[in-house]
Amino acid sequence: MNVGTAFEIALAVLVLGLGVWTIAARETSAAVVGFVGYGLLIALVWVRLDAVDVALTEAAIGGGLSGVLMLGAAARLRTTEAQAAAERPGPFTRLSAALLSAMVAGALAGAVLFLPDPPPTLAPAAAENAAATGLGNPVTNVLMAFRAMDTLLEKVVLLLALVGVWSLAPDRFFGGRPGSRHQADPRGALAFVARLLPPIGIVVGAYVFWVSADYPGGAFQGGTILAAMWLLVIMAGLADAPPICRRWLRLVLIAGPAIFLLVGLGGLWLGDAFLAYPPAYAKPIILAIEVAMMLTIAATLGLLMAGAPERSAQP
Amino acid sequence: MSATTVFGLYAAAAVGLGLYGLIVNPHPLRKMLAFNLLGSGAFLFFGVIARRGAVLAFGSDPVPQALVITGIVVAFSATALAVALVLRLFHATGSATLRASAPETEASGRRGVGGSQA
Repeated sequence: MNVGTAFEIALAVLVLGLGVWTIAARETSAAVVGFVGYGLLIALVWVRLDAVDVALTEAAIGGGLSGVLMLGAAARLRTTEAQAAAERPGPFTRLSAALLSAMVAGALAGAVLFLPDPPPTLAPAAAENAAATGLGNPVTNVLMAFRAMDTLLEKVVLLLALVGVWSLAPDRFFGGRPGSRHQADPRGALAFVARLLPPIGIVVGAYVFWVSADYPGGAFQGGTILAAMWLLVIMAGLADAPPICRRWLRLVLIAGPAIFLLVGLGGLWLGDAFLAYPPAYAKPIILAIEVAMMLTIAATLGLLMAGAPERSAQP
Repeated sequence: MSATTVFGLYAAAAVGLGLYGLIVNPHPLRKMLAFNLLGSGAFLFFGVIARRGAVLAFGSDPVPQALVITGIVVAFSATALAVALVLRLFHATGSATLRASAPETEASGRRGVGGSQA
């Protein structure tokens, strides 16, 4: 057993321990903190699997945004935990659940040990057609060109989720500002970090997006960093969340999917198929879609985190 | 034992663990955490299959990687929507229980009849 394998086994055991903690911890907020650590360590697992693009996404979403979202919800739902503890199912249900879960895990483990050899792969096809787009990062190639339809629909799903969240607002607040107004000590550490970090974060977000043409990164990862910076400023009370009825906000929210859709229809009209890019202009077109998408992603994620409107538009 | 076997076995464990938590934990937020754990296991399976499919200059098959990135985004959207739903339920009923009889119990509890649950 070499050092790499020992490290991988240790990492898997550590991640499993955090997973058990997430399930078994008594308090929800403690479980969420475990989940944040879990997301960060899973990102390391993805690095070991040579999938750095996924690792970046997992760290930003699993460790970052999901954690903050759940922590906020856990704080607001603290009073409901006693009742939930009273509803805990009896030993028979727990034993049956454990048995079922063990059987599912066992079947999956068996599938892992007997995976087909040689393994099926689409990597040669991706390599063969890489020249068509002029991008060096194969994952960006797949996301933006070979399976662009998935990415387009994923943006629509994000938008639909946001519409779903907004539709949960009480009628009198629809069009108002999401969440409660955040207050923080203007001389405190949070306000200080919220002034210091965003300029750096915006550069890092744009960089992560820009290098994704040839290196790991992407519009989604970059947009997540921008959203995090926005949320930091809102949480420190330096700026308020915008009312959801603002026209500029709605325009930013649909910019990404709209440009993507227009390019797709253009491909139908001028080219061979929906989302067919003319090879000579493939790279500029993909970049244009990605710039619009990054802004849309940042705005959508920020607003998904902020939640349903709870105040009128007037501050 | 290679990285794909180690992490593949872990992925199986994560799915089992998530499934158990989903069934056993009554609190909706805990169910969401468990479901995310289950999802991370499913994504890791894809990662293992991508790593096994590494050929040429690639360290890992890019197609499953791209699908997993899309999957993570969709999972996050669903989580955000679920959190908003639970918060709305809490604001509307004062509790976050998922039991079908909960609103009646809540109302009868306030009238002093007691909290018996069907």
